[in-house]
Amino acid sequence: MSSSDNRSRWIHLSRRQFFRRSAGVAISGLVPLAGRATGTGAAPDSPNLVPPWMKTQGRPILSPPYGERSPYEVAVVRIPIPGRTNTTTAAASLTPLQSLHGIITPSGLVFERHHAGVPDIPPQEHRLLVHGLVERALIFTMDDLMRFPSVSRIHFLECSGNSAGEWKARGSTVQVTHGLLSCCEWTGVPLALVLQEAGVDPRAKWLLAEGADAAAMTRSIPMEKALDDALLVYAQNGEMLRPEQGYPLRLFLPGFEGNMSVKWLRRLKLGDAPFMTREETSKYTDLMPDGTARQFTFVMEAKSVIVRPSGGQMLRGPGFVEIYGYAWSGRGRIRRVDVSVDGGRSWREARLQEPVLPKCLTAFRVPWQWDGTPALLQSRAQDDTDYWQPARSALLAARGVDSYYHYNAIQSWRIGPDGAVENVHA
Amino acid sequence: MYTRSLCLLLLVAGGAAHADRLGIGAPASAEIVRAWNIDVAPNGEGLPPGRGSVSAGARIYAERCAACHGPNGEGKPQDRLTGGGGTLASSDPVKTIGSFWPYATTLFDYVRRAMPFNAPQSLGYEEVYALVAYLLYLNGIVQADAVMDQHSLPAVRMPNRDGFVPDPRPDIR
Repeated sequence: MSSSDNRSRWIHLSRRQFFRRSAGVAISGLVPLAGRATGTGAAPDSPNLVPPWMKTQGRPILSPPYGERSPYEVAVVRIPIPGRTNTTTAAASLTPLQSLHGIITPSGLVFERHHAGVPDIPPQEHRLLVHGLVERALIFTMDDLMRFPSVSRIHFLECSGNSAGEWKARGSTVQVTHGLLSCCEWTGVPLALVLQEAGVDPRAKWLLAEGADAAAMTRSIPMEKALDDALLVYAQNGEMLRPEQGYPLRLFLPGFEGNMSVKWLRRLKLGDAPFMTREETSKYTDLMPDGTARQFTFVMEAKSVIVRPSGGQMLRGPGFVEIYGYAWSGRGRIRRVDVSVDGGRSWREARLQEPVLPKCLTAFRVPWQWDGTPALLQSRAQDDTDYWQPARSALLAARGVDSYYHYNAIQSWRIGPDGAVENVHA
Repeated sequence: MYTRSLCLLLLVAGGAAHADRLGIGAPASAEIVRAWNIDVAPNGEGLPPGRGSVSAGARIYAERCAACHGPNGEGKPQDRLTGGGGTLASSDPVKTIGSFWPYATTLFDYVRRAMPFNAPQSLGYEEVYALVAYLLYLNGIVQADAVMDQHSLPAVRMPNRDGFVPDPRPDIR
């Protein structure tokens, strides 16, 4: 939890339990801040107190040269998916959505999904090969790629396995249920410009993207997407890509399932048919109740989730609560978000925070007076294709419970009379 | 969209041949293209020369694969590779090579690029062909005397070959 969270009305259950156990500290009032006070011994709200940090010079500049966040915020971290990690390199970690403010995910908190760990690639040794159905096969250095006209775009990145645990079970927190989701400013070169250098053969309908990791991860990309808004990305949130995000080069396909935005990109091969790789046949296909599997289910459909209050948090008693969450759609812009506090019997339109960008997280807010009685919080998003995020019952009626990928149902958080928030399937 | 308009802009501004190109990048040598071009298509395109038998595959599997995938492909701790036939429409679907994978060629492609997990791209072509033959045999798809090569592998028809359908979404309105 961040300190600003602590100043608001929630505390994390585990922290509450921690303080309950530690020296019988009272749990009313601003317990977390008092509990973490570092040695003045005075009440923080004393009107006459001049705190010690006002009586001496602070740290000098460049300590350290690459800045770090406050030591009081280091509990905000990615975590592995509970119970589902039997290797640490073919694995995933989750973004702490409950602690984010605004639409940009800090680079160090962007979720991870690797199939063979994070390679350490010296950029001067990295190459991108473009070949197949092109007029001329070309090879690019990183310096070459950074000479192209560049663009920056803010887009979400979501693994199609995000919320996969919710088909059959309930994750404890929003980090667990929705944490395979992040949003960054991505900078690079439009893929269309690079392909133009090689000269696209009109017979080319698909493009194979291959990573330089130890899985040599491959996906087939439709040429229509490659020539539309696909990017070759080398920077993220103002600096070169983090290693976990594909340093020095990744593909980025706005709005498509994250797996297709191949990291550590080293090869693009144009062909006239999909390449039927392992990741688009045995994985990343969606099994239906009749035993068929949907293939090439690329787009991430509209979805939303309330991150405060959310599972594992605690309301401190009746009074004002700002309901805060995110909505996004791989098809375009979010048009509208509705929030219910009574399990969907009535809905209020949420206020959308600008900017509202296509294929990007959109933050929403609803002011609420909690009266201390049990409540059931939900949000539903609509995008500019008129698509509404479905109810859980409608999603399961259409797809059963074994498709694993692309779960985008309305999320429900129940608030108990004691203020405890938990995940329920409503 | 924006890339299309940018391309158009460059096209209009130029006019001469290749004016839409910036001249960035170097020609890729045939040697690099050959070495890097490791993908295998369902029609067999990309399969290298060489061959491998079920019996040779059994020996390699025991040494390189069984620790993660079980002595007979039954899985644990990693993915189950065998069985599950007829379960896809049940309440407990089991997705394996035999029950789910639509193309045998994908096995060659994937094993060559990513397996074994502790030493990817360490197997020779003949070892990969042999492993593929053995995995197909374990799933009851080829006979014990089968040999896989660039002609026989693409001819293998997988049980779930017709099990995949296009994306019908949006499917909920």
